[in-house]
Amino acid sequence: MSTVANTIFSPELAARFDKLVTIYPLKRSALVPMLLYAQDEIGYVSDEVVREIAQRIDILELDVRNVLSYYSMLRTKPAGKYNVQVCTNISCMLRGGYEILDHCKHKLGIGHKEVTKDGVFSLEEVECIGACCWAPAMQVNYDFHDDLTPEKVDVVFQMYRDGQGKDEK
Amino acid sequence: MPTLVSHPDEVKILSRRFGMGAANIEKYIELDGYKAVQQAITEGPEWIINTMKASGLRGRGGAGFPTGMKWSFVPKVSEKPKYVLVNGDESEPGTCKDHVIFREDPHAVIEGTMIAGLAIGSKLGFIYLRGEYRYLLKIMEKAVADAYAKGYLGKNIFGTGVDFDIITQTGAGAYEVGEESALMESLEGKRGVPRIKPPFPAVVGLYGGPTVINNAETIANAPHILLMGGEAYAKLGTERNGGTRLFGISGHVERPGVYELPMGYSLRKAIYDVAGGIKGGKKLKAVVPGGASCPVLTADEIDVGLDFDQMGKAGTMLGSGGIVVLDETVSIVEFALRTIAFYQHESCGWCIPCREGTDWIKKTLTRVHAGGGSKKDIDNVQYLAENMMGRTFCPLGDAAAMPTLGFVKKFRKEFEDYIEGNKAGIPIITVEQLVGAGH
Repeated sequence: MSTVANTIFSPELAARFDKLVTIYPLKRSALVPMLLYAQDEIGYVSDEVVREIAQRIDILELDVRNVLSYYSMLRTKPAGKYNVQVCTNISCMLRGGYEILDHCKHKLGIGHKEVTKDGVFSLEEVECIGACCWAPAMQVNYDFHDDLTPEKVDVVFQMYRDGQGKDEK
Repeated sequence: MPTLVSHPDEVKILSRRFGMGAANIEKYIELDGYKAVQQAITEGPEWIINTMKASGLRGRGGAGFPTGMKWSFVPKVSEKPKYVLVNGDESEPGTCKDHVIFREDPHAVIEGTMIAGLAIGSKLGFIYLRGEYRYLLKIMEKAVADAYAKGYLGKNIFGTGVDFDIITQTGAGAYEVGEESALMESLEGKRGVPRIKPPFPAVVGLYGGPTVINNAETIANAPHILLMGGEAYAKLGTERNGGTRLFGISGHVERPGVYELPMGYSLRKAIYDVAGGIKGGKKLKAVVPGGASCPVLTADEIDVGLDFDQMGKAGTMLGSGGIVVLDETVSIVEFALRTIAFYQHESCGWCIPCREGTDWIKKTLTRVHAGGGSKKDIDNVQYLAENMMGRTFCPLGDAAAMPTLGFVKKFRKEFEDYIEGNKAGIPIITVEQLVGAGH
């Protein structure tokens, strides 16, 4: 049983949150991870997510929103089921990162921070994801794909369309 | 997934367990794992700190501060609990070495955290990974859970009466959080804006307690140093630059990858021998030697040893060890624009010189890039960058200004030619890509 009545999260996540707020010297340290884990389950940080996390940590909703707006991975609108994040920072740029981004735009028919009509994919141009030596690279949700070519991107997309892609959370 | 690479010139200390399945705790133990921490418990804090001092190990995050000295700054007696904080928020463009450490040898990070804890008298360590590294966080979480199950973490570790706990933490996307005081803010559940220093973290850090913050690579070195001895480790490197370090060589090279080379190793050899030379037999144009924030070196400036002091003398920095190699096709105007676009995106906005400076440099270079620039723009960019230097609470302002100054000073002619319509290099970024882009 969750310590919060009528929790919006799954029993597993609610139980995880119940524990998470107890492990730190200060409850509020759980805030950033909670926002990210909530987003993983709900798809984005909704008003309801903000409300419940504020309640769980015992801070103002305003405090939650203040932190929420700072971190680039947190979003307040739904993304696609598979959020494609293409790095165009220097190491990727030198090895074709922009070509990969353009290919993704063309292939998915969407631009930066847009979602396909069927809701399967969304696309983001992101800053360095720490895969510089295996550039160009992208992440689909949390899964890394590197040494990319346009052909390899097509294979990756098809894999996710077929439900064969890893969906690491 | 990272591909592991190898070269005969490598000296594998930190990377000696890479590719051997050491994420498995049994394998780690078989490969001398958790021996150093037990010795550290027996020998005590003074021995640990002296060994670390003798090793000449300097912070691998980029600043190069001597680790043993950092640990010795923490007050012995403190009313508030002391903490160890491992910085795995690896976000400096060109840097992916911690990525490999977390994947290939997570227990070395745990053991190093414990050693730092013993050295300063802390009972709790945090290992903070950037949010994008979720699969690595899972590897770290499993490694921590396995260490608890063995009785290596928790109460009465190894049956010695010593207690030590570790909490793993995820970020959620913010370059700025790699700065130590912003990292503490983030871990306290706040926006990652920097704190005013002093007081330094060693005195007033996380939750107000004395805190040692080290980069993940620095921490992972500690067990190896204790096992081999400080002097033996120091000897591998150069004067005041002990040991080896992981260099991530990326960009236009034949064999990009993370290589462990002795400190002081030739930058030229790192590019031409270790990484196999310039991709496709092209000519070298420039090198960004230690992550995006380091001033660029031209092709004829690469006969320099890769340590903190030699790189400093060469007018740049060893930084995070991320060596980004640019071939002759690269337009420095574009590269400078892409670099400042990153810092503009990541500036937290706390300090005006950084918030406004990065924005105006980006705007000015965007105009130059689009073909509407004048020579005065180059002066303005230099003026802005010079006036950001040293005028912000945290080093992000400097990190944006330093590479910008390097580009406009060393490649001024190329900027001037570009403005006059003689554009060097093959363009990569179009104006359309810049408008409405993610940065």
